[in-house]
Amino acid sequence: MSVALFVPCYIDQFYPDVAVATLELLERQGLDVVFPKGQTCCGQPMANTGCTADAAPVARRLVELFAEFDQVVCPSGSCTAMVRHHYEDYFPAGDPTYEKVRSSTFELCEFLADVVKVDSLGVRFPHRVSIHQSCHGLRELRLAASSETRFYGTRDKMRELLDKVEGITWAKPQRSDECCGFGGTFAVNEADVSVAMGRDRIADHLAADSEVIVAGDMSCLMHLDGLIRRSGTPLKVMHISQVLMGRPLLTHSGNLPQSTIPCN
Amino acid sequence: MSTTLPLPVVNIANGGDPSGTPQRRGESQLPILPNHGSGGDHNAPPHREHPAMAKDFVANVQRTHWHDGALWFVRSKRDAQASAIPEWEYLRQCASQIKTEAIANMPELLVQFEANAKALGAQVHWAIDAEEHNRIVYEILQRRGVVRMIKSKSMLTEECHLNGYLEERGIEVIDTDLGERIVQLRRETPSHIVLPAIHIKKEEVGETFHEHLGTDAGASDPQYLTEAARGHLRGKFLHGEAGLTGINFAIAETGGIVVCTNEGNADLGAVLPPIHIASMGMEKIIPRLDDLSVFTRLLARSATGQPITTYTSHFHGPRDPGSEMHIIIVDNGRTELRQSETFRSALGCIRCGACMNTCPVFRRSGGHSYGATVPGPIGSVLNPATDDKKHKSLPYACSLCGSCTDVCPVKIPLHHQLLAWRKEFGKRGLLSIDKTLPMRAASMLFRSPRLYNLAGRIGRAAMRTLPRSVFVNRFNMWSRDRELPEPPTESFAQWYAKNRENKQ
Repeated sequence: MSVALFVPCYIDQFYPDVAVATLELLERQGLDVVFPKGQTCCGQPMANTGCTADAAPVARRLVELFAEFDQVVCPSGSCTAMVRHHYEDYFPAGDPTYEKVRSSTFELCEFLADVVKVDSLGVRFPHRVSIHQSCHGLRELRLAASSETRFYGTRDKMRELLDKVEGITWAKPQRSDECCGFGGTFAVNEADVSVAMGRDRIADHLAADSEVIVAGDMSCLMHLDGLIRRSGTPLKVMHISQVLMGRPLLTHSGNLPQSTIPCN
Repeated sequence: MSTTLPLPVVNIANGGDPSGTPQRRGESQLPILPNHGSGGDHNAPPHREHPAMAKDFVANVQRTHWHDGALWFVRSKRDAQASAIPEWEYLRQCASQIKTEAIANMPELLVQFEANAKALGAQVHWAIDAEEHNRIVYEILQRRGVVRMIKSKSMLTEECHLNGYLEERGIEVIDTDLGERIVQLRRETPSHIVLPAIHIKKEEVGETFHEHLGTDAGASDPQYLTEAARGHLRGKFLHGEAGLTGINFAIAETGGIVVCTNEGNADLGAVLPPIHIASMGMEKIIPRLDDLSVFTRLLARSATGQPITTYTSHFHGPRDPGSEMHIIIVDNGRTELRQSETFRSALGCIRCGACMNTCPVFRRSGGHSYGATVPGPIGSVLNPATDDKKHKSLPYACSLCGSCTDVCPVKIPLHHQLLAWRKEFGKRGLLSIDKTLPMRAASMLFRSPRLYNLAGRIGRAAMRTLPRSVFVNRFNMWSRDRELPEPPTESFAQWYAKNRENKQ
């Protein structure tokens, strides 16, 4: 069984520890994981802007890159949803290579909860945690039941995994799954609304007395963390892979634990 | 289009905080919203794209929170109603299937409806566009010498800019839905298809009524204001010579029409005067009477979180031999939309407005920021079909969160259609260079891992070493309000090469 790690571009460049934690987490489950060379991006920014011709070659090279693996695991709901639900434009209907990659690509939490069926993690995280459900993980991958439907079952895969971590106390924002306002290029095209959305989410998590917002998508957290740090709000953000790997509460989510780079 | 549920405005448009927290004081200034005038496009200010309109709205943080809270309150009521019905998802599925059938067989169903409506004594007219619709209404009124028309809520007539058309021809049009009347007195347009005055606070309603209806200066008590409006409208009802209503559902099998309201104004308007004109978009057709219950169960729950609208009124032909009933079936771009495999399911929309209430962008940018009669997610799907250039910013006024798709009672895949519009704009060459150029560059970068790695390395080094002002300035829309990520020295690929590949 060959498992390939699919690392989104912004995680590769800005949040390498999220990928390291994901890799270690999978390795700890006894899986033989490789990181295929030559990965860049899934093509989502181009596709979501409407630039199909620019997205197509990027999508095709991703599929080519992962075609030989039995399973592909990605620590992002959004990039996984891109591959699973939004690649039809770039491949002929029923294209066997794409169909193979589509059906073998998993978001990290669903992979751990449904495929590996993780039993125990043996880690502690003694903090007040609130979950941010990223929209694509929620409404495209159905990692949990969205507040609008509640009829896709009552499972919440992120919560199931985090429940295996010792020491967490829960903080519940009032709006359980409202969008943070990142939205890819939306964050700059509609910067004013995007920022207003982000600030409202932060206020909600803060009012719930959360210490750290945990999410399955680092892109949402990049946006929220950007607002949090600008305003000096006493809140942290962490990717779920970091918590599941037992990382301590990070002062910021970017650098590798062993890294010593001073930041600004 | 057509009549949608006018909410009892006292609940929502009163400007009180519906969540029950005390009313904020000192906020009774007029909203920063454009005055479109009710007379149609010639009065409208130059069209501005959504981000610019939204910026104005968001700038008033308190008011944005108030607007967001008012709509979230409605969304929460909807959630409570939806989760109280075990078969909710089944109902949505049924509704979706009925609408799929109705859209597929629309021409035959409309002809069947026409025949049955005529058999009931109604006169049926067909209008290819807004202009023809307005002309038909005018001719009906002119023939009977009508100079005063009362109108209940109809988004279709908003879409056709009927009020302005008739006023220019000397006919007084009175909107009798309370929210619509408030908006009409203020010479504004509805900001929401179900809650037309949701953007107006009760203090502002008080000012408007003081000016137009002579209520006490400074009065803002919803009960007092509503009673004043009721008294004012009662006189208008009694003097109305013709009544126009929208249509929520037109039943092919029976030739009957159904109008759903909360205030009963459609009923008064339809039965007091001797002429009842009912305008419908073609998509209001449903095949059978049996189908109706699926929609009446979904509509009010989705729209306002009520189990059912206060009034669900059925009309079968004119009320007596001395009266007339006219039904106008309007195309205005719907046939064209129906040709599109990607977008035709949007014709299934029952105009409940749930997608607006749930949309995090709508709640924070207001309905007027969309610059169109139907705003919000469904509006952003429908409007580009009629004018792609004018409305091309709308499918981008969306973070693709998908909440609209999950809340839609007829399961229109709204956020997928918004994404599809972006791709369609790309194909039509409508994307501006500030969108295409960065994406072309990104595509080049992502096609070459070597270039990507190099750019990443240089970019991160630059972020670490160059002065902060290079990256954090008012031209950088990311860092204007947000810190940039703190760039690590190593990318994951570099870490992996060192820590895994070298060790193998």
